[in-house]
Amino acid sequence: MLDFYFSLPLIVRLIIQGLAVIAVLFPLGAACSMAERKVAAWAQDRPGPNRARPWGLGRIPIIGPILGRFGIFNLMADGGKLLFKEDIVPGHVNKFYFVIAPIVAMTPALSTIAFVPFGAYLDGAGRVLPVMLADVDIGILGVFALASLGVYSLILAGWASNSKYPFLGAIRASAQLISYELSMTLAVVPVLLWINAPGTPGTLSLVRVVEFQSQSGFWGGAWFVFVMPLSAFIFLVALFAETNRQPFDMPESEADLVGGFHTEYGSYKWSLFFVAEYGHMIVGSALFILLFCGGWNPLPWLPLSTFVGWLAPLGAWTAHPLFVGILSICIFLGKVIFSIFFFMWVRWTLPRFRYDQVMRIGWQRLLPLSIANLIIYTIAIALLN
Amino acid sequence: MSVIKVPRKPLTFAERTYIPQIVSGMMTTLKHIVAKPLTVNYPEERPEIPAGYRGVPTLVRDPNGREKCVSCQLCEFVCPPKAIRITPGEIPADSPAAHVEKAPKEFEINMLRCIYCGLCQEVCPEEAIWLQNVFSVSGYERGEFINNKQKLYELGGTLPDAHYKWDKKKAAAEEAALHGQH
Ligand code: SF4
Ligand code: SF4
Repeated sequence: MLDFYFSLPLIVRLIIQGLAVIAVLFPLGAACSMAERKVAAWAQDRPGPNRARPWGLGRIPIIGPILGRFGIFNLMADGGKLLFKEDIVPGHVNKFYFVIAPIVAMTPALSTIAFVPFGAYLDGAGRVLPVMLADVDIGILGVFALASLGVYSLILAGWASNSKYPFLGAIRASAQLISYELSMTLAVVPVLLWINAPGTPGTLSLVRVVEFQSQSGFWGGAWFVFVMPLSAFIFLVALFAETNRQPFDMPESEADLVGGFHTEYGSYKWSLFFVAEYGHMIVGSALFILLFCGGWNPLPWLPLSTFVGWLAPLGAWTAHPLFVGILSICIFLGKVIFSIFFFMWVRWTLPRFRYDQVMRIGWQRLLPLSIANLIIYTIAIALLN
Repeated sequence: MSVIKVPRKPLTFAERTYIPQIVSGMMTTLKHIVAKPLTVNYPEERPEIPAGYRGVPTLVRDPNGREKCVSCQLCEFVCPPKAIRITPGEIPADSPAAHVEKAPKEFEINMLRCIYCGLCQEVCPEEAIWLQNVFSVSGYERGEFINNKQKLYELGGTLPDAHYKWDKKKAAAEEAALHGQH
């Protein structure tokens, strides 16, 4: 089967891979909404949604009750409900932009994943090859460029809704996303300076960043979160703002804006916004992990290749590319899931910032901090090299 | 004179970064995330009702099976939303409880009106009406929310009696009848 797959023309293979990634990402985004409800429940000392038991499926011994307890059936029921609910387009909206906004939201959320490597395997020579859709040099720039398109969907939605709460939400969203994008990008620059030592071919590829964190030796194996904690911190805070997560979720703050930019939306269009938001969150977490937390390396100072080397006594199959690939994807996904849990954990801890506070933190604190961080690291890297 | 100036210390640098507060807040959240839920899966699991809970008002019998209410109608009178309606009746002379003289013929509590204030229990001279552990009242029609006498005794059951007031009274009267006629 593998041979048949590799005999297909490249374009067909890429389409298959792309669809496969979307087929994973889309339900993952939806599953995040259930995870959110579960974490919310646990943080509030409740069991959370655990009731739905479809006739038949819920009766499968052992698996049925477990799936039920974790709300998987609730999730399916939710999806079905949102799919078949009446899709109301209010009379006062600009229909074309109103309909196109959720699509514009979904597109960058799904396409940024193309630049994100989510695993690796070892070829015969022991070299680490990434598992990803497009291993291009611009890597991180591509992610930033596409992800920042997401703000257009919020503006379109808010403007097309032709109603004041969505409009205010959209204005807040655009202001917030633009101000935090700056610090986010500046926080990443030291990492890229560090990996592009003079004399080596320059690259912005995320694969190179992970490779750099899997070298041997104390400095080689250290994840960037230890080498550049300030960058990691700024990036994380900006990530919270970019994904509209608490404490930066004023674009949709229910208390003062009803629902923000998606107030006028319902049924499937509304759920597209949500899946897009979770998609951004997944890609954002993936980015954070690749840049600062060692990507698919299991532990700091323990690169994947060493780890696979340790497993070698178990049999020759441990070195098979398929096994290594799946192992690395699992490690990476595990980290991403933890970081999404972290997002939720923060959400149920912190209250929302006020609009002026968000702006003040963005422009007066985070931006100078990231500039200072950049300058200090630039000088340090220049001195080291 | 009585004005106390509360000193307001300026925030320290650590406090202004929000970080120590955020970390301690996250720890609190984590504690709750790992803790056991405080709620129960309701219809299957029932909460434990503590003693003294003020649920649906009910009528009770004493350990001899005598209905304790003597239809004095004090509770009907005191009930703030007028949820209680009593039709007093006589106890037939051949009944073992004939010495009590009166008992309600009909006793209705309208649970759509009752506010669970417990004044009926407070006022009852016979300790005959108790707010007990029934907390869930449901029905499809208004009529189903009016608890009649039979229903009230079903819900109430039997409670221990410390006094046996009427039996003592009867015994005393019999004693007096024996000795007093010398
Ligand atoms: S609890 Fe209060 S409202 Fe209810 S029947 Fe008794 S006195 Fe009336
Ligand atoms: S329940 Fe108590 S207060 Fe009410 S009528 Fe009966 S004896 Fe009187």
